[in-house]
Amino acid sequence: MSQASEIRAGTALPALEEEAGRDPRGDRFVFSWWHLVLFPLAILMVVPMIWMVITSVETLNETRHFPPILVPSGIRWQNYTDVLQRAPFARWFLNTLVVTVVVVAGNLLFCSLAGYAFARIKFFGRDVVFILVLATLMIPFQVIMIPTFLIVRKLGLIDTLGALIVPNLAGAFGIFLLRQFFRSLPIELEEAARIDGASRLGVLFKIVLPLSGPVLATVAVITFLWTWNDFLWPLVTIYNPDNMTLQLGLTTFQGAHQTNTHLLMAANVMSVLPVLFLFFGAQRFFIRGIATSGLKG
Amino acid sequence: MPGLTFDHVSKEFPGGTVAVRDLSLAIADGEFMIFVGPSGCGKTTALRMVAGLEKITSGTITVGDRVINDVSPRDRDIAMVFQNYALYPHMTVQRNLAFGLKERKTAKAEIERRVAEVSAMLGIDDLLKRRPAQLSGGQRQRVAMGRALVREPKAFLLDEPLSNLDAKLRVQVRGDLKRLHQRLGITTIYVTHDQVEAMTLGERVAVLSNGVLQQLGAPQDVYDHPVNLFVAGFIGSPPMNLLRAEAKAGVATAGDLSLPMAGLPDGDVVLGLRPEHLRPATDGQPSTEFQVEVVEPLGDGVIVHGTVSGTLVTAPSGDDEVLPRLAGDRAEITTKFEPTLRPSPGERMRLAIAPHHVHVFDGRTGDVIVQATA
Repeated sequence: MSQASEIRAGTALPALEEEAGRDPRGDRFVFSWWHLVLFPLAILMVVPMIWMVITSVETLNETRHFPPILVPSGIRWQNYTDVLQRAPFARWFLNTLVVTVVVVAGNLLFCSLAGYAFARIKFFGRDVVFILVLATLMIPFQVIMIPTFLIVRKLGLIDTLGALIVPNLAGAFGIFLLRQFFRSLPIELEEAARIDGASRLGVLFKIVLPLSGPVLATVAVITFLWTWNDFLWPLVTIYNPDNMTLQLGLTTFQGAHQTNTHLLMAANVMSVLPVLFLFFGAQRFFIRGIATSGLKG
Repeated sequence: MPGLTFDHVSKEFPGGTVAVRDLSLAIADGEFMIFVGPSGCGKTTALRMVAGLEKITSGTITVGDRVINDVSPRDRDIAMVFQNYALYPHMTVQRNLAFGLKERKTAKAEIERRVAEVSAMLGIDDLLKRRPAQLSGGQRQRVAMGRALVREPKAFLLDEPLSNLDAKLRVQVRGDLKRLHQRLGITTIYVTHDQVEAMTLGERVAVLSNGVLQQLGAPQDVYDHPVNLFVAGFIGSPPMNLLRAEAKAGVATAGDLSLPMAGLPDGDVVLGLRPEHLRPATDGQPSTEFQVEVVEPLGDGVIVHGTVSGTLVTAPSGDDEVLPRLAGDRAEITTKFEPTLRPSPGERMRLAIAPHHVHVFDGRTGDVIVQATA
């Protein structure tokens, strides 16, 4: 057994080393047995993306072919212009952008305020309230969907962008992440600022937040991804096509009897691009924020 | 500018720890006051109460004639230098200095004038564009001082500001601090556990232990006339030798040392002998046999560690009873000689002390009974 695995390792290594040689950071590449697991998994993750891009430039007939056609007869860019003409795609994009930007800004502001209060201000019942806030993370959205809907209807926001913005302006996860980070900052900085004449809010905005760049970026990225990709809540609250977000608009390409798969995939590619750019650009905040938030209690 | 008064001030933390107990003292306008004591003695808590960073449990703190108990830190007009300096890492030195003035809505021209003046005074004017991370320890310390000075506060609080500096820099900054205070005359409270800083810097020192003020006075006075065993053991380097003794008919006996002393009540006492007052005995003097163990030449003197017959008493720290540290029937003591006098380890010699240099403390309470005359 062990001899066999040694032989297999012997054949696998030269191939991987050769690949590493082409990598500009190849000297940092060290083979690990995990790669044998991770590499197939990575392919599994990437295949749907590639398939989506391929389908987006096929004809409708090609998309219906089985087995799937992976090399289309020609590249049909027209699918993209068709999407822009047949649906208010630009409008959906703008709606999604407005909702996402406002929700991200709201989360940065309100989660900072709440996180700071939980981290530094002593008040009666603070820790109990914080645990309750944390506990809301465990409640599935489906459970609170109907009560939230009733509240939003009372506010007269159904079928407006407000319905997508208001309930999401602050979140328990952001509060938790920021509180943990604020607690790790040296308290002397805040005391010095208070003696220097800053108010509580002044301390937060002039000292604490400027030092919290990485964790704020993490909250922003996570909130952005979550809001941009949200489907269920817009589905429940938005009916007018002019108020739809991208994720909801995409479903209009799917009918009860026929799905314009080629158009759907073209729209999908366009809707996923901002998220993809953001993810690759902010990946390190994404990972660092999650990796460090649990360490400092 | 007003002075600062503690009137029966106590601080009890949730959980029952009493950090400061019934502290009363008045700091005169422009005075340089030192709070000194071992860690956990309450000196920093006392300072933080003045700054408004800790609530006062009972008593009042007054600046001038204004009680500041419930005044928020920003309205107290007090500046503080933290042990780790607490410079704002995301701001340049310039903005660090200007922060307090900006928060107080000072006019821009006035901010610029004061920042320029203070940075020139402290020799940090060429660092204004740098950030704290680009500064050395000594430079950071000066910026922290500058940030406090630039506001021209009513009182100046320093929390162990030299403890993060290396030994050489510490001596230099100590001198700078003293010069600065002489020049500006701002009421200052300086917290330290270093008794050299306490001796050299302050006009008066307040010695604290376990939240209780032990002694308040000029540094030399506290050194010459400690009121109890704690102060005797804490102030002075090397520390005072404390020997358990029996007093009877005006003679105190510790091991083989018998000292005739006037006005001595009979009973258990502790003799306090400063290292520099112990001298090689001449004929006929009351003396004790000293066995040399370790010799430490300092250049300007020699510190000699050794043993005498008798029982040593370690100074109480806090609530501890006066505990005898037994080393068989020998007590470890320390002396300080001139550099010309350098005994060798293992050598036996006789040491004497003039009776008027001996401090006598009550064996049970630790309070002074007979004060030495300098």
